[in-house]
Amino acid sequence: MSRYLLKRILMMVLTLWIIVTLTFSLMHMIPGDPFASESDQLPEQILLNLRAKYNLDEPLPMQYLLYLKSLVMLDLGPSIKSETRGVNDMIKDGFGSSALIGLQAIAVALFFGLLFGTIAALNRNTWIDYAAMVLAVLGIAVPSFIMAPLLINYLAIKWPLFPVATLTSWKHSVLPSLALAFGPLAIITRYMRTSMIDVMNQNYIRTAEAKGIPTFLIVVKHGIRNAILPIVTFMGPLIAGLLTGTFVVEKIFAVPGIGKYFVDGIFNRDYPVILGTTVFYSAILVLIIFLIDLAYMFIDPRIKLSSRGR
Amino acid sequence: MADHLLQVENLRVHFKTYGGEVQAVRGVTFHVDRGETLAVVGESGCGKSVTAQAIMGLIPNPPGRIVDGQIRFDGKVITGMSKKELLSVRGAEIGMVFQDPMTALNPTMKVGAQIVEGFVRTQQVSKEEARKKAMEMLRLVGIPDPEKRVDQYPHEFSGGMRQRVVIAIALANNPKLVIADEPTTALDVTIQAQILDLLRELQEKQQLSIVMITHDLGVVAEIAHRAVVMYAGIVVETGKVEDIFANPKHPYTWGLMRSLPRIDGVEKERLVPIEGTPPDLFHPPKGCPFAPRCQFAMEICEQQMPEASTFTEGHQAACWLHDPRAPKLEELVAAGRQT
Amino acid sequence: MAVDQSVNELFRPKAQKADGQIAQMRPSLTHFQQVTRKLVRNKLAMVGLTLIVLLIAMAIIGPHLVSYSYSDQSLLNANQEISSEHWFGTDELGRDMFSRTWYGAQISLIIGISAALIDLIIGVTVGGIAGYMAGRGKKGDRIDTIIMRLIEVLYGLPYLLVVIMLMVVMEPGIVTIIIALSATGWVGMARLVRGQILQLKNQEFIMAAQVLGAKFPRILLRHLIPNTIGVIIVNLTFTIPSAIFAESFLSFLGLGVQAPIASWGTMTNDALGVILTGDWWRLFFPALMISLTMFAFNVFGDGLQDALDPRIRE
Repeated sequence: MSRYLLKRILMMVLTLWIIVTLTFSLMHMIPGDPFASESDQLPEQILLNLRAKYNLDEPLPMQYLLYLKSLVMLDLGPSIKSETRGVNDMIKDGFGSSALIGLQAIAVALFFGLLFGTIAALNRNTWIDYAAMVLAVLGIAVPSFIMAPLLINYLAIKWPLFPVATLTSWKHSVLPSLALAFGPLAIITRYMRTSMIDVMNQNYIRTAEAKGIPTFLIVVKHGIRNAILPIVTFMGPLIAGLLTGTFVVEKIFAVPGIGKYFVDGIFNRDYPVILGTTVFYSAILVLIIFLIDLAYMFIDPRIKLSSRGR
Repeated sequence: MADHLLQVENLRVHFKTYGGEVQAVRGVTFHVDRGETLAVVGESGCGKSVTAQAIMGLIPNPPGRIVDGQIRFDGKVITGMSKKELLSVRGAEIGMVFQDPMTALNPTMKVGAQIVEGFVRTQQVSKEEARKKAMEMLRLVGIPDPEKRVDQYPHEFSGGMRQRVVIAIALANNPKLVIADEPTTALDVTIQAQILDLLRELQEKQQLSIVMITHDLGVVAEIAHRAVVMYAGIVVETGKVEDIFANPKHPYTWGLMRSLPRIDGVEKERLVPIEGTPPDLFHPPKGCPFAPRCQFAMEICEQQMPEASTFTEGHQAACWLHDPRAPKLEELVAAGRQT
Repeated sequence: MAVDQSVNELFRPKAQKADGQIAQMRPSLTHFQQVTRKLVRNKLAMVGLTLIVLLIAMAIIGPHLVSYSYSDQSLLNANQEISSEHWFGTDELGRDMFSRTWYGAQISLIIGISAALIDLIIGVTVGGIAGYMAGRGKKGDRIDTIIMRLIEVLYGLPYLLVVIMLMVVMEPGIVTIIIALSATGWVGMARLVRGQILQLKNQEFIMAAQVLGAKFPRILLRHLIPNTIGVIIVNLTFTIPSAIFAESFLSFLGLGVQAPIASWGTMTNDALGVILTGDWWRLFFPALMISLTMFAFNVFGDGLQDALDPRIRE
């Protein structure tokens, strides 16, 4: 068990290192430097000072080592457009908002996805099933960047149920969370339906029926727990998608989260910010996938002690 | 009649499928007495498992439904019971043992909890009592070290051990009848013998009745008192096991016997398969369903279903050969047809 | 015949049948016929297929149905509602939305299909090599392990994040998008193909073919490819829409195709600014097209998957 954990943690560090190296080399493949556009406006000396400040005067391997060093000290680097505020400050600022929206979205997607999927599976080929499937297909077909303006149009402008723009109260977080949750909700509904149908056809369900257990209890005690297992395995990619979804949702709803800083960084070509936030996102994601794997071991007794391969 | 534990009368079960309606069981009648083991024998698709499901009230509806007939158990009519009424029969009065022990247990639930799940529901016992009961059941079915085993998961058990657990589940509520649907088919031969021994021992200890569904005549000889031979959804022969083995009356039963290897065989016999396949149950023949494969088929066999003829007490077979108008068997054999 | 003729005619033994006649065969369909039959009967999948065909047709002929090109500006005709002149209205530069929508369809489909094809080629090659090498001595196993490690690391990377990084670094444009999408997109296909081949290799009919002396190319051609082609096609029907989605996502972030080229993503992004003014057609058409495309490919892919699954009977 502990050996497995150690192995997994080493893999995590390795993955992160590869991501850091990859993004670092990508960012430095760009011809010129971040101040190229300003070089004709600024005096020579200031440019030199700026380059020195951001270690751009060092040779590339040195810059790389310096960057790794700062990462180990948990410093995600400076911003070029904002002199006083580094990536760490941005993340401190934005993490609360992003986490609130993201966690709410995951909670909504999981709860309703599992519920709808189960109900659809138990009422297979009835209108309930078809309604759930229409919802699922819509959720997959309508991306969050279309869902978001639709929600604004209907639930904020036509019928002003929820406020939008910025995040000054919990009510402001409802629509962004919904826009974000819709896609994963649809995917979970779909997989849960398939998985539940599969499980309900298993022999152990017949065994439970033969014991005289009522259908509802069979679904709860035998069905759901087994049907969730395959869902857990693709929660990783799902959460990755949700994470990238926050970029556009935060942009559209003007939520001051990390995603907004990231998108602004892209628009401003603020490379240190892009680099820093990417590393942060990757770290979060790798951590979440690790936690999901742990959760899987917890739910499925068959892989508790054996070190498992994917 | 009333003292039969289980009485199945003229049972008909149909399944709606994409290709039409399959008449899986077409008028089956038999009974089981208290403390008796009845074997239901036949090849796959003959309707024996569907009959078992019908007794448990587990015919999936849709697509399946009981079209006709009646099942009486211990004085109660099971057919036509509401779902809720059925719950008090299932598990509590009739237990079931399934074919494949590898898939019959919930992989994410502790074995002990699975054994007493039904027991806890009917008896309203405390957690500790339930655990004690689970260990007692494990001991009963011959699983060593129940204190440890009760908290393990199915994947920590071997196939034979799992089948013992499945039997423990079936017996947890002290049922009067256990239906065992091919309980040894998925097991190694040595384990098969152990499981059969266990069932026989439990039957004597608990005064159980058993319906043993099998395609294996070896199993029938081993454990059953009486047998029902099914073919294409109907009963072709029924009687005491000794009678059926010593003096089979239906050509299909003859075929089954010849396809059985004998260790004690004096003469060096070849195993003979029954030529052909069972009929299409979407459009079952109006005559004897075995006629197309039968060496002794007559014109009438294809036109009219034979009535059952009685030979000794309880030994019956449905075949036109036993009609007084039919040619003598010896003559047919002399004419070059083989039994 | 030695049987007494005086008995009732009905009890006369029937003539013995020849061996072949005894078996009552039901008509059997080939695998391909079964798959097509199941697919054609699946109404939703057929709706999807029809939509895909329509989309492709309109992407080709749509821009030629009106006299405006996707880039013709006419500030006098800016922000016009839908009319007989401009079927889908115009944008803030007076460009014809109908022409832009179908031109955008071209861009989306080109990107989606090319990215999916590149994924297919790289994925099948890499996955095939890994699957073939696995279990072929020490050296083979090592090659498989190296490929799998690479795949595992790449699979662990957040797909869109990597694509965004690449797009930030490279010159924006259609080719760049395709390259960025394929750079990590092939990993899923490679995993799938390797898994499939490993699974097949252990199956008895492959072993039987080997025992019978079939050479590898024959096994590949007659057994491995026919048995993997199903999952590959299904995967393809899902990578095309996800590539189209990724393209519109990138364009939405300003990282996709650059003006004046139109794509559904850029058109959606442009429309956000005017969502409050009530120019509904600006958002409606590109959003509808993205959603319809995603819908069409996904339901068709689902139908195909079900049709290829022998466990699912009608």
